[in-house]
Amino acid sequence: MRYEKPTTVEAASALLAGQGARVLAGGTDLLVQMRSRVLSPEVVVDIKGIEATRKISKDASGYVIGAAVTGAELKEHPTLSKDWPGLVEAANLIGSTQVQGRCSLGGNLCNGSPAADSVPALIAARAVATIAGPKGTRELPVEDIMLAPRKLALTTGEFIVSFKIPARPKHGGDAYLRFIPRTEMDIAVVGCGVALALDDGGTCTAACVSLGAVAARPLLVEDAGKALVGTKVDDAALAKLEAAVRAACKPIDDKRGTVEFRIDVAGTLAKRTTLIALERAGKV
Amino acid sequence: MAKHHVTTTINGDPVEYLCESEQTLLDCLRDELDLLGAKEGCSSGDCGACSVLVDGRLVCSCLVLGVEVEGKEVETIEGMAQGEELHPLQRKFLEHAALQCGICTPGVLVAAKALLAKNPDPTETQVRYWLAGNLCRCTGYDKIVRAVMDAATEMRGA
Repeated sequence: MRYEKPTTVEAASALLAGQGARVLAGGTDLLVQMRSRVLSPEVVVDIKGIEATRKISKDASGYVIGAAVTGAELKEHPTLSKDWPGLVEAANLIGSTQVQGRCSLGGNLCNGSPAADSVPALIAARAVATIAGPKGTRELPVEDIMLAPRKLALTTGEFIVSFKIPARPKHGGDAYLRFIPRTEMDIAVVGCGVALALDDGGTCTAACVSLGAVAARPLLVEDAGKALVGTKVDDAALAKLEAAVRAACKPIDDKRGTVEFRIDVAGTLAKRTTLIALERAGKV
Repeated sequence: MAKHHVTTTINGDPVEYLCESEQTLLDCLRDELDLLGAKEGCSSGDCGACSVLVDGRLVCSCLVLGVEVEGKEVETIEGMAQGEELHPLQRKFLEHAALQCGICTPGVLVAAKALLAKNPDPTETQVRYWLAGNLCRCTGYDKIVRAVMDAATEMRGA
């Protein structure tokens, strides 16, 4: 195996276009998979030498978060947790304190697990990935990146440089909840991200609901968001949201949860997540 | 493939070593530098026995490549005592008998030191969550948590 640490996106793309190349961000999945021989890359391309992957910037249009910024760094940012608390909380659920020192949004997405905690929160926040590749740079909404377990919409030589997160709406709030059988250090049986915005009168003007671990890829459930728009997010709206969420689930049976259990939990979790996002939206 | 020549700082001392691309920081500490304090438990980032600080950040050294710490500052358990004088956490671990087999202890101490540097007055819950990535196969968690809380009190001068 060869280790390379390019300092430009062009050099990284060129290296990644070669045979058997893998991206190294925090390594909390890659190194485990290399150790267990699930992956045996010929070249490991450490993207942390590229400044854009390692910084968070903020302007009037929102945030740009580098793909290799760590979970611990997201939490320590002076304003990100105020503007997008759900996103930061979701990212901070990945692994232990030690893992938080290395794990990243780019890695959590590109590892290609349907249960990745930060991905529904990114989708709910309408995050857009900036992707660099041999043909230049393009943008893709996060919900369009993961296609199936371990399968991404990225082509050879492409990698995610950063994520654009919109500015928090005036009365906006987001939240992420997951169900796990214990309180810490586990993989989501169901995960749910919700972001919504209210007008001055408290009527919902926009809502985005995303689910993890209930299908082959993280889901953007458009009908669930529509169930809230135009309402005061009352019980009737929440019942519609719950039904839309359950209808969207296509989970598998495994040792952590049955199909029926996951579908049931998803609806309940979506309501609870929405209520937290709603409470946050009410606080300016 | 030629080996990488890594120049780094370990426990305040400039250190150079040669490593293969595949070698983890844990491999380099133990096999190239004879720093045997960090332990290999799981090799998958679950147990925390290999915990070290890189540029002040708590990480599992089994999930960092040796070549990645070029130009960085690494702190390991070997840098915790000052000569013969134990760090307050080490002393409190002895006083509280907060170890049985000792395999997890170096990682727990490094992780606890990182917590107290960030938060000198943690609640018990905060200690337990912070140390959730440090597994004790003897399951002696209560004494570990009590030792950390006691060390925190002493270090605050309270």
